[in-house]
Amino acid sequence: LSVALCAGAMRCAATSAASLHHDYCVIGAGPSGLQMAYFLQRAGRDYVVFERGHVPGSFFALYPRHRKLISINKQYTGKSNSEFNLRHDWNSLLSHDRRLLFRRYSHDFFPHADAMVRYLEDFAALLELQVQYNTAIIHVTLDADPEAWNGHYFVLTDQNRQKYKCSSLLVATGTWVPNVVNFPGSEYVEGYETVSINPEDFAGQTVLILGRGNSAFETAENILGVTNFIHMVSRSRVRLSWATHYVGDLRAINNGLLDTYQLKSLDGLLEGDLEDLAIVKDKKGKLHITLRYYLENRNTSAGIDSITLPQDELDNFATRAPYDRVIRCLGWKFDFAIYNRSLRLMPGKGNKNKYPQIKPNYESRGTRGLFVLGTASHSVDFRKSAGGFIHGFRYTTRAVHRLLENRHHGVPWPSTVYPITQLTNSIIKRVNEASGLYQMFSVLADIILLRENATAFEYLEEYPTGVLAELETQTGRKAANGLFVIIMEYGKNFSGADKDVFYYNRAVGEAQHAWQSNFLHPVIYYYKRLPTEREMRLCPPDWPLPRPDAIHHIVEDFLTDWTAPNAHILPLRRFLENCLGTDLRNFFAESCFLFAFTRQKLPPFCQQGYIRMQGLVGTRRLQGHAMEAGLLENYTVTDFAGDKLLSSHEGSQDQDHTVITRQDHTMPVRPLQHVVNAKDE
Amino acid sequence: MSTQRDGWICSFALLFCAASLPMLAKASLLQELGPQEYFSSLQAGRASLAFFSRSASPGAQPFLEQIENSVEALQDYGISVVKVNCPKEDTSRYCGKENALRKAYLFRGNMLLREFPTDALFDVNSIVANVLFALLFNEVKYVETMADLQNIENSLKGKSNMVFAYVPATGTAEHRAVMEAAFVYGTAHQFVLTTEATLMKDPGYDDPDVSSARLLFCHCQQVPELAQPCRRTPMEQPVTLLNVHRHLKLMGAPLVTEVAEDPEKVSTVHLQLGLPLVFILSQKETYEADRRTAEFVAWQLLGKAGVAILHRDAVDLNVLLRSNVALKMPHEGVPIKYLVLEDTDEVISLVEDKSKLEQIQEDKDEEEEDEKENDNQDIQDDQVVEAVSRDRKRELPLEQILTLTEETFPSAMLDPARLVVLFYASWEAVSLAVLRSYVEVTDHLQGTEGVLLSKVNCWDWPGVCTKENVTQFPTIRIYQKGGRALTYDGMLGSEELASFIVLSQVSCPLKLATVEEAEGYLRGELPPELSSYRHASVLGVFSKATSAAREAFLEAGSSLSGHVTLGMYFEDDALALSRKYAVSPPALLLARSGDGSVEGIALSKQSAQDIVHMIRHELLDTFPEITVQNLPRYLQLGRPFLIMFSNGDIGQMESEELLKLAKRRPRRAFVTCWLNLKNTPVGHGILKTYFTTLPSLPVLVWVNLHAGGQVFAFPPGRSVTETNVLSWLEKLKAGSEIPSSTLSEEDWKPPLPAYNFLQMMETAVPEFTLRASYGRGDPQEPQPPGSSEEKAPIREEQPEEPGVAAEKGQSPGRDLRGTAPRLAGREKRHSEL
Repeated sequence: LSVALCAGAMRCAATSAASLHHDYCVIGAGPSGLQMAYFLQRAGRDYVVFERGHVPGSFFALYPRHRKLISINKQYTGKSNSEFNLRHDWNSLLSHDRRLLFRRYSHDFFPHADAMVRYLEDFAALLELQVQYNTAIIHVTLDADPEAWNGHYFVLTDQNRQKYKCSSLLVATGTWVPNVVNFPGSEYVEGYETVSINPEDFAGQTVLILGRGNSAFETAENILGVTNFIHMVSRSRVRLSWATHYVGDLRAINNGLLDTYQLKSLDGLLEGDLEDLAIVKDKKGKLHITLRYYLENRNTSAGIDSITLPQDELDNFATRAPYDRVIRCLGWKFDFAIYNRSLRLMPGKGNKNKYPQIKPNYESRGTRGLFVLGTASHSVDFRKSAGGFIHGFRYTTRAVHRLLENRHHGVPWPSTVYPITQLTNSIIKRVNEASGLYQMFSVLADIILLRENATAFEYLEEYPTGVLAELETQTGRKAANGLFVIIMEYGKNFSGADKDVFYYNRAVGEAQHAWQSNFLHPVIYYYKRLPTEREMRLCPPDWPLPRPDAIHHIVEDFLTDWTAPNAHILPLRRFLENCLGTDLRNFFAESCFLFAFTRQKLPPFCQQGYIRMQGLVGTRRLQGHAMEAGLLENYTVTDFAGDKLLSSHEGSQDQDHTVITRQDHTMPVRPLQHVVNAKDE
Repeated sequence: MSTQRDGWICSFALLFCAASLPMLAKASLLQELGPQEYFSSLQAGRASLAFFSRSASPGAQPFLEQIENSVEALQDYGISVVKVNCPKEDTSRYCGKENALRKAYLFRGNMLLREFPTDALFDVNSIVANVLFALLFNEVKYVETMADLQNIENSLKGKSNMVFAYVPATGTAEHRAVMEAAFVYGTAHQFVLTTEATLMKDPGYDDPDVSSARLLFCHCQQVPELAQPCRRTPMEQPVTLLNVHRHLKLMGAPLVTEVAEDPEKVSTVHLQLGLPLVFILSQKETYEADRRTAEFVAWQLLGKAGVAILHRDAVDLNVLLRSNVALKMPHEGVPIKYLVLEDTDEVISLVEDKSKLEQIQEDKDEEEEDEKENDNQDIQDDQVVEAVSRDRKRELPLEQILTLTEETFPSAMLDPARLVVLFYASWEAVSLAVLRSYVEVTDHLQGTEGVLLSKVNCWDWPGVCTKENVTQFPTIRIYQKGGRALTYDGMLGSEELASFIVLSQVSCPLKLATVEEAEGYLRGELPPELSSYRHASVLGVFSKATSAAREAFLEAGSSLSGHVTLGMYFEDDALALSRKYAVSPPALLLARSGDGSVEGIALSKQSAQDIVHMIRHELLDTFPEITVQNLPRYLQLGRPFLIMFSNGDIGQMESEELLKLAKRRPRRAFVTCWLNLKNTPVGHGILKTYFTTLPSLPVLVWVNLHAGGQVFAFPPGRSVTETNVLSWLEKLKAGSEIPSSTLSEEDWKPPLPAYNFLQMMETAVPEFTLRASYGRGDPQEPQPPGSSEEKAPIREEQPEEPGVAAEKGQSPGRDLRGTAPRLAGREKRHSEL
């Protein structure tokens, strides 16, 4: 009864003694939490978003410390296509409301973080999303119940001991726990979260920064002009986003220190394992770098003099100069603390240990019904695509919502059915404007499910490639007659921290070499049947999908405009034709008329157009062009000649004349026969 | 090898010249001598053909011509031809008697061998044949009975082979060919000739077609004992000198050749003569059996193909161990095919089955064709795309068409005019083709009030199109006052669209208030703006009681809106109105344009869909002129077509007769129609497909478009009358007529192959395929090594070696080439490196 009374109404929470039930509970009102709330709201679902702050997006109220977002906010693209323009708008969330485009909130190409806070506030308010602020979820546990959607309810406890019972839990908490390294002397290290952002505080100082990500460079950038010099140390080499094609790597906007290092202007980069490090403070308060190894049997408090410094043995040791400050900029990790062990929400392996382990459908590996959204879900495409960033996870969040709609409400994945004649068009349209495919390249895919006899097809947008094998159960659609998977890819071995992405002839122009394209370009996989889970598992690590029955690359394009009739559309059409074993050309009504009288079967275009009285008549001028091209026979010109030939029995004709007209008559025949009989042999 | 081959060609050419040159030469080689001169010139052993004539002996003239023509042919065999001029007073043996002058005499030395009556020497063939026949009396035995033949055969066993020829008559070209061959091969083989057809009925020769000459090679030399018959190998080709020569060469070649070298380099008589060579692959262990197999096969294939034993031990063959047979085609450049065959029949059928052989030959052609096709892959073969792209630089006169955007679309909807919107995509060819027709619609609608033409580019404004639920391009929609939208579903042409726009202006159905209005409507009185678009009037008549039918009719009207004009009358006196046309409401009254008659049809079916179907059906003409625009309506009937192709208007008589035919019951058992080639010139294309030679026009054709696709032409001589056509149709039904053609049943396959990127990737990045195919249940067939390499242009700078690539790229002057390939033209990148 209480459930019924309180459904959807937050205000009764305080008065209700029993735990409150919601179908969907979202933890965190950051970009991904709000994005999910939007979709749940539009679908009319029972949901609530818990936010510990009093406004949404509290992370952005603090971070980035220097307040400059590095996600681009492009004002102009020269195009009015709103879907296309989202490709270059990395901050907006998806909604139907045109007021909620980020470019209305900031004109800066790299906007101020406050704009994001304002934007998220508006997003929640204008769309009237159900956000319960000032509610910090401090514990999550399971309550087994065979009646529940997933065999259990999620029981959430907030800071006021209020319990919430949720059928499905959507974790959108992001990664906000600072990564900390412990080594002798780490107490002298200042954290990114608290370090001064006033450059004056660094005037004349020598600074060591731990870490090599965007926050480290952002910090360095801020103080570059006032310090004596900055050294930056981390285990791995610097990874430049323009070389790796991964937006999470070092962006060019922050890389001033690379300049000063390479130009020998005192700043520098070093590689070394922070675990081996030790910091010793001398009496003047200067910080000296040494190695943990030297401290093995010593007490750091014993005093600087008793400690061996590397330069004692190696007098040209690189970091022998003492530092005034050491700053830790090591990024963030997911907060695992609030989840009861029974949820088995485990950290990922290796460099993904800052994220919880999830399946390619964003569901926790340990608990059914727990989905991870937003930045925390980045383990799916870490260091590959944009799933950890707004311009990526806004699409994966939508995908999760669609999966949930199918799983819990019997609403199949949205799709459109088209006649087969629209096959080439529907692909060209999507690869040219779709932003989800473009941002979440190789992670989200458009799927074309062929209907029987390939006379029609069903188009599904932005389905997660990782769960392709489960397509039928995850979407409620049938894939019995083969399918196309459309994704976008960079060239294999083109991207990488150590790759030269500027080498000559890096771009392919010829359609026939399209498979060697390096920059982001559409790739279409054809499967006669759905790949099995085993095939998905055995897929080579760098390949998004298992071996298809056929594959097509649309050649990379400098303008990312894949509408060229000969270089882009024609090879695609040939590929589709050969997969389907049919002829997908367009024909004027006159050609269909001829085929209708001279062939027992008609090509799909005539079958689905002309025969249904929707033939493409065309204009005289167009027909003239087709005739010039030899793709349509001109019978009007030969009418006279034909006349002579056909009626020659009526009287003797001038021999020469007949011969000449006859030649005129026969000349243009060949090309059309080519059209008509192209594959007769 | 090559010298041997040259040798063959020489001897071949010589014979060939011998046979053909005399025809071309002038008769100047004919010697003219006096009798004394002649007889004194005769040399021992040399043959000469003499013809004695007195000057001005008129009857001998044609014969003389033939003799002159054969001079050169005979000279090749060492026979001189002499015209002996007899002096008037000469009365010697040859000159003196009148009848001697009608003969030709063959001498060897000065011995007379034979005298020929001139009528036996009617042409060059008969002269050469008869002369050689006489000269080769010993070499060529003439037989008349089976016993004679048997005797000769027996006498030859173990000694030499026999060539047995049958010619239907002597003095023929075949006879000459046999004799000429005997001249060359007479010492090698015993020639036997017969004109007796009965001898050909020998069991060894089971197809005694005695109308043409035949030649058999009888292998008697190898026969050890008398009881055993000689094997016979018939020559399959017609008896000509060349063929006989070829056949004898083949018979003379060793039965089985032993080969211990690279089979690609082997050449044998068979290959030189254009026949395939079959290799039986053999190993030491199996040699004896293989030899027997090879001989067996060789006998079967004698004259059709050569057989060789290939010693695998001696040659390093890079083929499957299982392969046991190889086939080498005579055509240069065709690689040897290695096969695994089960038994000798397969070997034989491999050669004898012509289609298989051709297939092997074509493999190479196909490869070439493939390459050619590959070259065409990037050539546009879509007529619409190509036409539009050729027209892309022309600026369209779009002044009269409003371009709507996401911002302006909603306000345009508020405009009082009817808004026609073309939703299209600016990159899509069909859309652009329709846009061009759409521009022409403005001309058709000149002077039409209250219509606003507009367009929305869905590539620019996907939001509008999604909101309007436009998923396909192009879509044309008419937004009526009150927000009702009508989607155009007719032919995408300017006239049709213009007509739709105008017709859909009036309400459909048009509600008529009085009987007078209704009658006027049936007479064709319509709102003036429709006058030029009217086709036929349909009036629905309903009594007040029949509200269900009325509702259905209203619904039908809305879905037919723009295509037809519908009227509706449901006043109290509806009954009276319908009675007039012998129906009772609910009913349709149909007034066809032109003839003024009104047809009443009872509305038995009640659903809107049925009514739509019925109206569409009733509006079809009885004897229509078929055009590109109206054909689909008639095709939907699914009936055969009886169609008259006419160059210009159809004749009065034919028209009336065919109309009678069309009106017969059951109606529409077939579609009777005609096609005016002047209005529909593409009809020429149809006729070209139906007839190899174009018939005279007009031509009446029966074509069953929906079943079987057989095309029959009405016999040209007969007049087109109802009875004639009906009886002809009866014959067609009975199957006693032969179709002039049958429509191709061919499916519409892809016109050209696609780039096989999968295969190219397999070569360059094998880990993709290897790992995956391991996982997959059905691994793809392994590609033969090397075969895919030509097709896969592997970039020389492998992506794994960017350093190398960078170095290579450092040649100057290539600034933009890599970054912007469009700017730099169409060079293939791999060719630059």
